[in-house]
Amino acid sequence: MVEYNNRILLKGNEAAVYGALLANCDCFFGYPITPASEIAHTAARLFPKLKRVFVQAESEIGAINMVIGAAAMGKRAMTGSSGLGISLKQEAVSYLAAYELPAVILDITRSGPGLGNIGPEQSDYFQVVKGGGHGGYRCLVFTPDSVQEMCDMTMLAFDLAEKYRMPAYVMADGVIGQMMESLTLPEPLPPREDSPWALNKKDAEGNANMLTTIYLEHDELEEVSRKLHAKYEKVKQTEQRAENYLTGDAEVVLCAYGVAARVARRAVDVLRKKGIKAGLVRPLMVFPFPENALKDTLSHARAIVAVELSAGQMIEDVKLAVECRVPVSLCCRYGGNIPSVAEICAAAENALKGGAR
Amino acid sequence: MDKKFRVHIEFDQCKACGRCIIACPRKILALGKKLNRQSYPAAYQAKDGCIGCGACFYQCPEPGAVTVYEIVEA
Amino acid sequence: MKEMVKFGKSPVFFDKFTRRPGPIQDNMHYCPGCGHGILHKLIAEAVAERGIQDKTIILAPVGCAVFAYYYFNCGGISVSHGRAPAVGTGVSRSTPDSCVISYQGDGDLGAIGFNEFLQAANRGENMTVFFVNNTNYGMTGGQMAPTTLPGQITTTTPYGRDVNTEGYPLKVCEMVDALEKPIYIERVALSTTANIMKARRAVGKALDNLKAHKGFSLVEVLSGCPVNLKKSAEDMNRFIDENMTKYFPLGCFRDRSAEVEEFVPEYAPVHDPEEVKSILFPRKLNIGVSADFRNESDIFRSERRIKIAGFGGQGILSLGIMLATMGKLRNFNVSWLPSYGPEQRGGSANCSVILSREKIASPIIDGECNLLIAMTSTALEKFKGELKPNSVLVYDSSTLERPDVPADIKVLGIDALNIAREIGNVKCANSVILGALSVVLVDSYLQGDDKMDFDRAFEEAIIDSFNNKPEVIKQNLYAFYEGKKAGAKCFKHGISGNIDKKANDDALNEIIKADNFRDSSTDL
Repeated sequence: MVEYNNRILLKGNEAAVYGALLANCDCFFGYPITPASEIAHTAARLFPKLKRVFVQAESEIGAINMVIGAAAMGKRAMTGSSGLGISLKQEAVSYLAAYELPAVILDITRSGPGLGNIGPEQSDYFQVVKGGGHGGYRCLVFTPDSVQEMCDMTMLAFDLAEKYRMPAYVMADGVIGQMMESLTLPEPLPPREDSPWALNKKDAEGNANMLTTIYLEHDELEEVSRKLHAKYEKVKQTEQRAENYLTGDAEVVLCAYGVAARVARRAVDVLRKKGIKAGLVRPLMVFPFPENALKDTLSHARAIVAVELSAGQMIEDVKLAVECRVPVSLCCRYGGNIPSVAEICAAAENALKGGAR
Repeated sequence: MDKKFRVHIEFDQCKACGRCIIACPRKILALGKKLNRQSYPAAYQAKDGCIGCGACFYQCPEPGAVTVYEIVEA
Repeated sequence: MKEMVKFGKSPVFFDKFTRRPGPIQDNMHYCPGCGHGILHKLIAEAVAERGIQDKTIILAPVGCAVFAYYYFNCGGISVSHGRAPAVGTGVSRSTPDSCVISYQGDGDLGAIGFNEFLQAANRGENMTVFFVNNTNYGMTGGQMAPTTLPGQITTTTPYGRDVNTEGYPLKVCEMVDALEKPIYIERVALSTTANIMKARRAVGKALDNLKAHKGFSLVEVLSGCPVNLKKSAEDMNRFIDENMTKYFPLGCFRDRSAEVEEFVPEYAPVHDPEEVKSILFPRKLNIGVSADFRNESDIFRSERRIKIAGFGGQGILSLGIMLATMGKLRNFNVSWLPSYGPEQRGGSANCSVILSREKIASPIIDGECNLLIAMTSTALEKFKGELKPNSVLVYDSSTLERPDVPADIKVLGIDALNIAREIGNVKCANSVILGALSVVLVDSYLQGDDKMDFDRAFEEAIIDSFNNKPEVIKQNLYAFYEGKKAGAKCFKHGISGNIDKKANDDALNEIIKADNFRDSSTDL
């Protein structure tokens, strides 16, 4: 009897691919881009070992459309890219949402706009969380802050994407993708059947399945979209996820995801040592945004600081969540930079003094 | 014994493009005078003499508008 | 009197087109005389004759054929503009026994989606592409297509296509004929009955290939668009046969169908959890410690933050991974954060390693460095400010002067590059440093069993990282112990660990021979 060791040291990018394979992902289609390339490298090595499909596509556009093809056949499929590559995928993501096909897209974010640089930034928030492509649609968006979560959340992303029949992003900054951490590999999920919408299966009337996104009649399209939005509403009601750190009595609440949350957590410790009641709400998903977790802090919070690697993107959702009942200020760096513990502490102290609005 | 054939053109499915008429080697098809529900003057077999070649069927862009029958004596 | 249907509606079409909205459910949506309907009928007939209806997936393009799924009772998907061959790749790779038909027009295939098309052709994807060339964009109102003829008037070439500014018609078959993988390429025309019969044979041949999963087939179909081109049925046929064929000669460009063997798709992805584990999970090695093991030394009571910096190629990143691996093997939470990107290809490189018994918050050193290992003067200058009071600075004394830092910082110079050069492998300089460092750690920082354990932890980490590369393991272990020797001399402390060369070699061989190898999960 061979014994296995589930304790392993991996890069975040590698861990996401492990998670995908443990969650029965059948197909990977990708195109290399820094800082996401290890996703393609790892997939190229491991998918064939499990006799699953790896294709290096001709472009990000090609890759995401291949994902559509595999998802349309009822398989679990994924792709991975970064910032500008995600921009290229947006049209097809809109189609995925419209087909109601599940798929998992890894976005290892880098700095922009334009070619920017390969340093970490979280400025993909708008394009990933708010739609990005055309038409009114939403995607599930997971925001891991550790290598363990890169693996775990990729697995969960497949499950929820399938449950709600919608595309799911795992959005992590370059730091989380590039860093190695020790993690515990979860057990593989049991095998699954191809989904019932697979194009080689029959519909309820015994006809061949089909997928389309074109509805020329306005009333018909409105009805189709209404169903989509009802689904998104249900997701908002039931799938909010956040991790609270010392928020129970916090007077100043930091809100941050990804690597910004890691630094913010350290800042909370430093602030607490100084006697300041600080806490951290870390969204584990940003669609749906954890509005409830933030609202829950309002009984004692006097100020909220959004900490992000972008010039104020997530902060919009923070403000909406707390309906501006307390001042919400921004502590951010970008261009590949990360706010230091000291910068975050200063922002929190300033916010408590009412210095920033 | 010579085989006998006939062309049936479904009145409401014809769009009167005329492809069958010019393709018919026996020139037995013609456009009608009456308009169908899509407002086209549907084609029809105007004369006998169908040889069952299928030209009209393959020229017709509609899946079910043209049917060529072989007449089998009982 | 009895009648038999000689030519009639294919059973591959739905009886009634109920997927089509509106009252008309017997007709297609195409204009009178449109070539799409003719081609649809040829495809439906060929699919039926070959008995592949249940396996056939038809990709409908953006263009007039966007609604192909109204008509074919086959798996159908209406895809985004030009991407059908990419979607088709996903279908056929994920479900190799499917028969993928990509149905595309001249804008879809020849313009917006030419890359997807050409790349799928070049990969030799298992699919058949029907390329409908009618020299204009039908659906959007008769604009110029890549295949519009010189001088041809369209809504975007109101003065006729000017080859000086718009170029010549795109010859798709000719271009695909330059690729190795496609097995069948033919151009046909939907004009006279004779030409339609040739098209029928071409469609049949392409679907024979599809049924036998032989690879990529392309049938380009010159087709009429009488409404947009404002032509009668007769004029349309004449335009196709006289004008279009001048630029798009009909005929078979390539037919390797007979040379290519029938391919029986075998698709057996591994999903059995035990089998998945056997491939993804590392085998349990005879190394490491029990899950409740905790190092007893005081320095491990709080988080240890380590920065390693130098030049790409000096093994900076792998030294960090080594430390992280040692930590992992002793039940620490560890993080390793590299500088990544262009620096990997030369220039500076650095990484941050954090070992902690708690959840690691920030993986960034952020001025809280306990140990800095600097291999270049640039690295030294850049990061010495990150050192906390009472921390340790290690530098490569082969190339660097003793740095000037506050007195509370312990400074260790190690002749790492020189020793590595003597050993004959400069890539091992990082292990030399670790060996030398171990002397200081053992004498000044480690307590109790930890003193004995450091070497073992290093050996295990080397095995864990390079388990299928015995030579690399050996070189690194050797360098480590040379580093220890140097450290012992250099720091004038008692000798720790085994540096007898013969005994050492025996020990190394023992370690390497041990049943300790597994597939590497980490490419260093």
